[in-house]
Amino acid sequence: MNFICNFPLFTIVFSLFSGPLCMMLRGRAAKYYTIIYECVLIILCGTVLWYTISSGQPFTYSMGEFSAPWGNEIRAGVLEGLTAFLFMIVMLCSVLGGWRFLSMDLDNSKINLYFTLINLMTAALLSLVWTNDIFSGYVFLEITTLTSCGILIVREIGRTTLAAVRYMILNLLGSGLFLLGVVLLYDITGHLLMMNMKAALTELAADPANIPVISLAVGILTIGLAIKSGLFPFHFWMPDTYGWATPTSASVLSSLVSKGYIFLLIKIYWRAVGLDVLRALPVSNILFVLGLCGMVFGSVSALRANNINRMVAFSSAAQIGYIYMGIGIGGMAGFSAAIFHIYCHAVTKSLLFITTPRLAEVSGDSLLFSRLQGSGLRDPNSGIFFTVGSLSMVGIPIFAGFSSKLLFATAAVGTGSFRKVILVMLILAVSSLLNAFYFIHTVIRIYTVYGSDYLRVRERGHHSLDYNTAAVILTACNLFLGLFSWVITDLIQKGFLMFS
Amino acid sequence: MLETLLINYEEAAAIILFGIGFTTLLFQRNLIKKLIGMNIMDTGVFLFLASMGYISGRKAPIITNGVTDMEAYINPVPAGLVLTGIVVSVSVTAVMLSLTIRLYRRYHTLNLDDIYALSKHQIEDR
Repeated sequence: MNFICNFPLFTIVFSLFSGPLCMMLRGRAAKYYTIIYECVLIILCGTVLWYTISSGQPFTYSMGEFSAPWGNEIRAGVLEGLTAFLFMIVMLCSVLGGWRFLSMDLDNSKINLYFTLINLMTAALLSLVWTNDIFSGYVFLEITTLTSCGILIVREIGRTTLAAVRYMILNLLGSGLFLLGVVLLYDITGHLLMMNMKAALTELAADPANIPVISLAVGILTIGLAIKSGLFPFHFWMPDTYGWATPTSASVLSSLVSKGYIFLLIKIYWRAVGLDVLRALPVSNILFVLGLCGMVFGSVSALRANNINRMVAFSSAAQIGYIYMGIGIGGMAGFSAAIFHIYCHAVTKSLLFITTPRLAEVSGDSLLFSRLQGSGLRDPNSGIFFTVGSLSMVGIPIFAGFSSKLLFATAAVGTGSFRKVILVMLILAVSSLLNAFYFIHTVIRIYTVYGSDYLRVRERGHHSLDYNTAAVILTACNLFLGLFSWVITDLIQKGFLMFS
Repeated sequence: MLETLLINYEEAAAIILFGIGFTTLLFQRNLIKKLIGMNIMDTGVFLFLASMGYISGRKAPIITNGVTDMEAYINPVPAGLVLTGIVVSVSVTAVMLSLTIRLYRRYHTLNLDDIYALSKHQIEDR
């Protein structure tokens, strides 16, 4: 076996070791350690990606050399490699970009503990991406939930604790349902490894009498993950959670944690259930409708927000709706669009979440729209980065958001169902219009000054190298996804072909 | 229908427990009761898994008296899953209890609605 085949396991084990190690380091040392080791993870994940692309073959790593039906497996293909690579870039940028506020929001003696949590979360997220075993998926899902609760409550104000409790309750409901779904699937198939489960399910689905049972199991599992990732109508925890967390946490939670859950769902659909079986179940249609509802209602709630972070948080609800719509459309094209949107949203939302507190900082520490007037002029860099993020969310060409919307539209046309095409086009148009309304409105707001507003708050933006680097990397990723979307979609499709 | 439920009474009980736990976690306003609900929900799943994993008449998978026939023993994996699940459930409960203590110290109530109402009065800063 090639040495590179060990890398996925290395990334998980490194992260697991780094957690306790950061506990022993001092705050600043823990930060530098985390940055260096995130860079190492990016290189490792990049190597795995390069290896799977060049060899054209996915590889499985059997833990402890126990072969298929007994052992626990890690699997890496192009899609896993690409996702892990991008997730690690976003993780690094979130840590860099939010550092200034981290040192403000946290007690100095607790900063190393924050990085402990971040490292454990990295381990859990990477495991969600690499795992080939559905029960390991559950365990690391719970670790992700616990660590995300941890990084929420580090900012010790009453509202974050309350937000964390609500977040946890919703997540526990989701985990419970997911666990039940996994147990039911294990019960009817007798396997936990995804490929064996798929073979068993395909055999079972041949008899129409078994379809209701499979529907029940897959449906429960899907509802669990949908609750955890915040699909409409379970999106109401988002504004409080993202709005009050420290910027790094908000960025990591919205762009990585909820995406990790969705990636696991897509992986289960392709590798454990199989598209042929999935087509016989009513699950995708339900996801399609809920996704469409989420796109509209998330945006409507964002319109009504009076605070920039709440607006960005509600827009996340809308974007999650887009991703589930892609899953609902189904087929290679629909799932590719969903995965592409996961990437697009990850790089854009993290950029927005690390810039909004900067804009607030030059506006008397207020996130209210009324105070943000002219903040883009007071902190020009953050103004530009926020504008880039907003334009991408709206879907202006050359930015990532445009490509993903185009992919959703083409995927819908590819299904050949007239009703679906009309519905997708209509809701895409409405949602883009709503997005444009609140994002462009905000952009105009941060660049306009009424009378003495500009003079009233005289603070200037604080420039720091780490924040600018992070924002430039995320902007570059955004432009790359927008301009060279075909490179990424090619890779995604290659990855999906390796899935089956 | 009723007969099937009676034969599979363990699974039926497990699903009823899951339902009780789920609704308690969802609808109770008291945080401690919510936590109890969560534990009942998890216990329901564990009961389901344990009862499905056991085949009556077979033994625990430790070779005794040199019998290596597969039919003599039960599959150890479901029991392993239950143990893993219990560990996860315990750690989640611990974290939730610590959060509850923190909320109680700040707001002096365990009712989530009251806490929410109290938090509304806080000044909205960054």
